[in-house]
Amino acid sequence: MATIEIKDIIKKENLVYGKTKILTDNIMHYCPGCSHGVTHKIVAEVIEELGIQDKTIGVSPVGCSVLAYNYLDIDWQQAAHGRAPALATATKRLMPDHYVFTYQGDGDLASIGAAEILHACNRGENITVIFVNNAIYGMTGGQMAPTTLLGMATATSPYGREVALHGYPLKITELIALLPGVAYVTRQSVQTPAAVRKAKKAIKKGFENQAKKIGTSFIEIVSTCSSGWKLSPVDSNRWMEEHMFKFYPLGDLKDSEKANEEDYKKYIE
Amino acid sequence: MAKVRGAIDVDKELCKGCGVCITACPTHVIELAKQVNGKGYNYAHMENPEACIGCANCALVCPDSVITVYKINI
Ligand SMILES: Cc1ncc(C[n+]2csc(CCOP(=O)(O)OP(=O)(O)O)c2C)c(N)n1
Ligand code: SF4
Ligand code: SF4
Repeated sequence: MATIEIKDIIKKENLVYGKTKILTDNIMHYCPGCSHGVTHKIVAEVIEELGIQDKTIGVSPVGCSVLAYNYLDIDWQQAAHGRAPALATATKRLMPDHYVFTYQGDGDLASIGAAEILHACNRGENITVIFVNNAIYGMTGGQMAPTTLLGMATATSPYGREVALHGYPLKITELIALLPGVAYVTRQSVQTPAAVRKAKKAIKKGFENQAKKIGTSFIEIVSTCSSGWKLSPVDSNRWMEEHMFKFYPLGDLKDSEKANEEDYKKYIE
Repeated sequence: MAKVRGAIDVDKELCKGCGVCITACPTHVIELAKQVNGKGYNYAHMENPEACIGCANCALVCPDSVITVYKINI
């Protein structure tokens, strides 16, 4: 048999997987291995697959992903710290036929923006929330976040987070799941191919729910911040699997449509 | 014998050498190059190209979307 050369395989007609057109050619400023990059990619792929590029408006936060508007070729707004759900509320109400999502870190969503996210979700705004929980303030140099695990060392908890001094880590996603306005709450991750596929499916469902007008969809992505955690990207993924998943277990927390199909029928036009 | 052959094309100037693709590859195709790119990163490359099955696992986990995957049936 003739030997196959790599140049015979790398041809347009043999393409299996490549970068989606929704992602721009701008070079991402994220650190090597950062979960933000993978999360951006799957949000972009969902937008492409649903064919909603010209109808999608993202609201970026304050945090490392403040510049998300450089990377996804859709319409964007950039909110003041923690206020993305408020901007998304206004945008969705003014343009109800558009797909509106917030993209927020744990500092942005669970700390300074805790009030905004709780009330937007409680009002059942028809938006999708992408919550990237890396248990630290990445952008500002690795300070403790509300979601920082007990014992986890950060710039502002150098001896590890302890209950007496810093209080417990906040399971904000569990709180959100209690709110009647929220239709879908799930916790995913993006460190393995299988996890990426599942997370993408969850994000797709979150966007599709907007068309059904059944309330807020909330997707947490348990993430890494190798710079803040001071581990290599590969070790960060391992550390996340060993420690983060224990406190933040993956899976669906709420799927109201599935749980009470009859109740939800009336919302679906 | 394998019925498919795959190959990946890494945009080596954009690769940040994070190495998550190496862990994701089921057939140990990828390693970091000894050389560095313009940014100073040891970029990912196919060290064992014959082993690639074109499964796209590496590209799925790549945070910078710098891997394109190709596959042929043989
Ligand atoms: C009103 C206000 N307060 C504080 C800051 C400083 N600040 C910038 S980003 C950030 C937290 C970012 O952490 P997170 O939301 O977890 O995002 P990450 O960078 O980890 O993705 C803080 C406190 C600010 N920019 N504005
Ligand atoms: S500081 Fe952390 S969250 Fe920010 S880009 Fe780097 S790895 Fe990602
Ligand atoms: S396509 Fe699959 S087999 Fe080929 S290098 Fe990527 S992960 Fe490995």
